[in-house]
Amino acid sequence: MEDNKPQLVKVTVDGIEVEVEPGTTILQAARKIGPEVAPPAMCYYQPLKGSGGKCRACLVKVAAGSAKDPRPMPKLVASCITPVQDGMVVENTTSPQVLEARKGVVEFLLINHPLDCPVCDQAGECDLQNFAFEHGAAKTRYEEERRTFDKHDLGPYIQLHMTRCILCYRCVFTADQITNKRVHGVMNRGDHAEISTYIEKAIDNDFSGNVIDVCPVGALTDKTYRFKNRVWFSRPVDAHRDCPTCSGKVTLWYRGEEVIRVTARKNEWNEVNEFICNTCRFETKKTSDWVIEGPTKIARSSVITANKYRADTIKPDFVSRLAAANYKPIDDTRDTSQLSIQQLPPERFASSN
Amino acid sequence: MGKKILLEHIDVPGIDTYDVYRKQGGYTAVEKALKTMTPDSVVEEVKKAGVRGRGGAGFPMGMKWSFLAKPEGVPRYLVCNADESEPGTFKDHYLMKHIPHLLIEGMIVSSFALGANKSFIYVRGELMYVIRILEKAIAEAKAAGFLGKNIMGSGYDLELVVQPGGGAYICGEETALLESLEGKRGNPRNKPPFPAVKGLYQSPTVVNNVESISTTPWIINNGGDAYAAIGIGRSTGTKLISASGHINKPGVYEIELGVSVEDFIYADEWCGGIRPGHKLKAVVAGGSSVPILPANLILNLANGDKRLMSYESLSDGGFATGTMLGSGGFIVMDETACVVRNTWNFSRFYHHESCGQCSPCREGTGWMEKVLHRIEHGHGSLHDIDLLVDVAKKIEGNTICPLGDAAAWPVGSAIRHFRDEFEWHINHPVEATQPGAVYRGEMALV
Amino acid sequence: MTTETNAKIEFTPERQVLAKEIIARYPEGKQKSALLPLLHLAQEQWGWTSPEVMDYVAGLLGIEPIEVYEVATFYTMFHLDPVGKHVIEYCRTGPCCLMGGEDVYAHLKQKLGIEAGQTTSDGKFTLKEVECLAACGMGPVFQIREQYYMHLTNQRVDEIIEELSK
Repeated sequence: MEDNKPQLVKVTVDGIEVEVEPGTTILQAARKIGPEVAPPAMCYYQPLKGSGGKCRACLVKVAAGSAKDPRPMPKLVASCITPVQDGMVVENTTSPQVLEARKGVVEFLLINHPLDCPVCDQAGECDLQNFAFEHGAAKTRYEEERRTFDKHDLGPYIQLHMTRCILCYRCVFTADQITNKRVHGVMNRGDHAEISTYIEKAIDNDFSGNVIDVCPVGALTDKTYRFKNRVWFSRPVDAHRDCPTCSGKVTLWYRGEEVIRVTARKNEWNEVNEFICNTCRFETKKTSDWVIEGPTKIARSSVITANKYRADTIKPDFVSRLAAANYKPIDDTRDTSQLSIQQLPPERFASSN
Repeated sequence: MGKKILLEHIDVPGIDTYDVYRKQGGYTAVEKALKTMTPDSVVEEVKKAGVRGRGGAGFPMGMKWSFLAKPEGVPRYLVCNADESEPGTFKDHYLMKHIPHLLIEGMIVSSFALGANKSFIYVRGELMYVIRILEKAIAEAKAAGFLGKNIMGSGYDLELVVQPGGGAYICGEETALLESLEGKRGNPRNKPPFPAVKGLYQSPTVVNNVESISTTPWIINNGGDAYAAIGIGRSTGTKLISASGHINKPGVYEIELGVSVEDFIYADEWCGGIRPGHKLKAVVAGGSSVPILPANLILNLANGDKRLMSYESLSDGGFATGTMLGSGGFIVMDETACVVRNTWNFSRFYHHESCGQCSPCREGTGWMEKVLHRIEHGHGSLHDIDLLVDVAKKIEGNTICPLGDAAAWPVGSAIRHFRDEFEWHINHPVEATQPGAVYRGEMALV
Repeated sequence: MTTETNAKIEFTPERQVLAKEIIARYPEGKQKSALLPLLHLAQEQWGWTSPEVMDYVAGLLGIEPIEVYEVATFYTMFHLDPVGKHVIEYCRTGPCCLMGGEDVYAHLKQKLGIEAGQTTSDGKFTLKEVECLAACGMGPVFQIREQYYMHLTNQRVDEIIEELSK
């Protein structure tokens, strides 16, 4: 024995080898290689203990279990919860069987999904949209009636659209692990299972807003931002403030000069590592409340980065004039007098490395 | 008469009481195990017996026991799965109701072998009256000194707890059962870790079916080799078969594994044949989830040999021409049974019982039920048949627990063997939706 | 109706003793295991499982009410709405249907004048459809509380309903 460092194990994903610590899951090993081979994840959420295994989006084929026992695993496995073994060979997008199964998962997730993307606040940053785009079939075979639910009011901050929910349980884990008291959960079972408080009750505590950020779809959205914007019209900017409750590190979403939404910062896997409090999220929407750090780095191509942060873009004069003439603050009740473009840092490419 | 191991004394009046059970040789296995054997030697006998899990999976019980992790200072648990809910299966209900002490004796022997000091019997909540029978039996066994502290001076302590379920088929899946026993929703757990490493309360746990545990007293009294000598090949011992449907004598039968399916259906000792004036059309041999087989394939293998009531013979030919022994829920249909309606019915069951955790099962079971409902009610189209096959395929093998497979197999097999009947329903919707209408096209009735 | 929601929600003294015994069955710190047994005990007393009853049970076990709601809504045996004096839980699964279960069920519905999920206007009967009750060889079957009624026929159903209507 040389030292206490655990021996790294070798795993191959889609023909690319990577060394990881024992106990790492297949999904994390694949993420270490890069987004090209990382399986999609609709329910797994690395910061939330116990998440994963449910949506089956990340199914992969284990072509060889380990160097010691190179037999393939009999079934596709959920990569987010299956630990690697030394010498394991995994097929992700190189396996037709996996692609077929994922196509099935997309279809299952969509048959009862309302497909109201045109009016959904999540559109443009929706994991299900992305998953469907990458792995789905172009048309549906589902001819039956779609499932609906009774409406539940979760209070002034959080809007629940149960029909959009894919039952990933992330918001339940979040409430359990981030907040001091969980008042919502999954009621009923099967395809009637729903997120609810059971008795009419507002979800009300300092960190409840985080359920919005972890929701992979538009089932839980920010009521203070509802129908105000399409996400691709907004510009994310990292900022922080001295917050007594949380880290105060956030992303501000600008439309024009106005902060229309505050979220926690997400990493390249769309996961939040530092959850933020409701004061930062819902009550602190003036640029002057924040210390601006700079444009949010968005590594993967996204509609959010399109046509933004180009300092050198020279707009035709008439476009600027048109924009100025038509500019209206979105929320008339809000004081916009302090908004100033000068407080924003010089714009630059978001993804410049 | 075949060998009787579990039901040997079932007809003795008062066998549900301690005194009568004891007079018939009850609790001698506890005496033998605790006084003359070590836990390991009990495990060894059960391994030798080759008894396979009687709940449906058929995994060798002794092997399951030997996987149990035994870290120092951590309690281990034995949990008896008495959540019998698989349509067509009612043997555990029968066994616990009529001869509760057999299970209690088995629990004591098995708990001793595994080193468990608190063991649970998880009974489906609908069987509340059976729970009361078991609790009474436990109290009697305790009064007789076979439960509690320092049993018969052996230094071994055991407490038995009977836990009611709340109405959920999924809790028959062992990890869902453990969740339920912990007071949670019956959502199956992701595996690994398996219960043998992290089970009840995150402690090493073995979950065994009622019938499996009830074999252990006989195995201890007579030896594992004697048990293994009964049956055929790797299907050792006897099996309780719950026989229902269109037969003359529905009921619970103990058979020596290896009797022919034909004998089982037609002999007076067991089902006593198809009800008068009717012919055998199909059988679901191991509970609703196993593939349905038409008469010719249930009676004979693809090569023409007689099919036997054993794990191997029933699954001979794979799913193309075979099925599974499963839980032994033997559902017999004559020519008056509509396979489409029955498949829709089973599909509704799985839709109703899906826990809703993983997407293929949650969404797929409902989808299949709706399509089958349409076909059965005269609104199907021919492409629905292929759609069903494909949806079933996309559920199968892709879910957290075997409920997905259990929902997919009946649909896939019904279409595989009775496609004509589905097409008839679709092509003749008016005729097919008349009350009692059944396809009478060409098929082999026996 | 057997409901007493306006009264103070508390187990009878006998059931309080029983509840304590049940809670003590489980290892220290694992008292949540008593949830299903206590919900059964509660439904035995109040006839149905109201939010107030669930809150009471949560209090007994020292867990959050949401943990009880999640569980009670998962399992089919807990009536989440008030029910009649006799809840008839009728098996609708395959093997019972093969034995004529659907015809007998139609007769039962006609006899009571209600559909599944409804209660007769006199409050005597609530009808529920359930899945397999593990009595397939004795089908058609229904259950009222702990009692199984097997080998049902139209005539037998009439007798049972008339007996219970008295």
